[in-house]
Amino acid sequence: MSTTQTSSVARPAPTSSFRLVGTLGLIALFSGLLVVSVFEFTKPYIEENQRRALEAAVFQVVPGAVSRQDYVLTAEGLFPAAEAPAPGQRVFAAYDAEGSLRGIALQASARGYADVIRVLYGYDPSCECIIGMTVLETRETPGLGDKIETDARFVANFERLDARLNPTGTGLANAIVTVKQGHKEQPWEIDGITGATISANAIGRMLSDSADTVLPRLVPYWTVLEGGA
Amino acid sequence: MAANTEKPITLDTFLIGLWRENPVFVMLLGMCPVLAVTNSVVNALAMGLATTFVLLCSTALVALLRRHIPKEVRIASYIVIIATFVTVVDYLIHAISLEIYQALGAFIQLIVANCMILGRAEAFASRNRVSTTVVNSLGMGIGFTIALLCLGSVRELLGAGTLLGIPVFGEGFEPWIIMLLPPGGFFVLGAWLLLFAWVKERQLKQKTADAGEAGVHAR
Repeated sequence: MSTTQTSSVARPAPTSSFRLVGTLGLIALFSGLLVVSVFEFTKPYIEENQRRALEAAVFQVVPGAVSRQDYVLTAEGLFPAAEAPAPGQRVFAAYDAEGSLRGIALQASARGYADVIRVLYGYDPSCECIIGMTVLETRETPGLGDKIETDARFVANFERLDARLNPTGTGLANAIVTVKQGHKEQPWEIDGITGATISANAIGRMLSDSADTVLPRLVPYWTVLEGGA
Repeated sequence: MAANTEKPITLDTFLIGLWRENPVFVMLLGMCPVLAVTNSVVNALAMGLATTFVLLCSTALVALLRRHIPKEVRIASYIVIIATFVTVVDYLIHAISLEIYQALGAFIQLIVANCMILGRAEAFASRNRVSTTVVNSLGMGIGFTIALLCLGSVRELLGAGTLLGIPVFGEGFEPWIIMLLPPGGFFVLGAWLLLFAWVKERQLKQKTADAGEAGVHAR
């Protein structure tokens, strides 16, 4: 747009500021109305989707469970999720058809190779062991790091992984560690994955940290959890 | 924005986006989602449809309001309109499938920055009737989706050995993991562009050869 060209053509009168503000205001108003109505419309569906995804994950890590009850563990103690006075560690108690406690599901996370890995694991107080693990969120490299989800041999580690507390009940008796592939000797060791060392180590570290800090705090509440269904 | 620039609807209004002005293979617009989320057919299809929805709704609204939006604030208005429909599609995908929502991640929100949509709003919708704009945007959207599917199918086939999640090559196939990673996106896009350039050059050669022959016969 050269200056000679614009000066030779008669310029239209500039639009009044009132009209500019008005137009933008109306468009923003329409936009706001549309976004809010869609938000209100989709909200129940989104919540239902998330609830179903979480429930499927809880039932996957606690085999045999058919119903669940949510609790929150805060500094003051264990509360049902709806009555929790402050945010804290969520504890999903899972029950079988007869209403007896099959185990609890806890979330854990640690930094993997690409980003933070988030998992949900199941813990059975009767055998004091981890009975299942599923990855909730991962950005690990396809074909390498994502074997923590897809490698059946690695996933089998979590069918009965020892997580006993020490005699004083202050922490795990043996820290959960990931060892080199094929070198698992103890029930608290995780048989690692060659080619996905960092991701597999992250799983061991997060389970160990989470079990070590959360399980001792749950000791006084097992009766509450058992009667929850 | 004068009325005399408005074009009538022809078959070309629709077809132009599919081939001659294909947003991906010809205009090279919106490369960010093209490279980022085409690691599987389902992701490519979801992103293609989401973008088509945003393109269609926002250009239709821009065309409807074209005489009322002062040109000083047109870009701001277009961005607000586009962002609105992106938010809508974001909620809709979240409600339809949590799995697809997580697979597409931030790239749904990033549709707002897809220059193809702002480009169509500015270059076409602001100068044409709603009906013409809808037909043109539908063609562009389908052209964009087809391009994403072209990349997604090749990357999933080579990178995972599956198509739509169904194994194709059997047990013995070792997947080319790199095809699922970012470099694979560039490789496959490059291969497709090469193919299209080659086809176009051949067509052009054929045309000039025909013209030359016709010239000889005329003599």
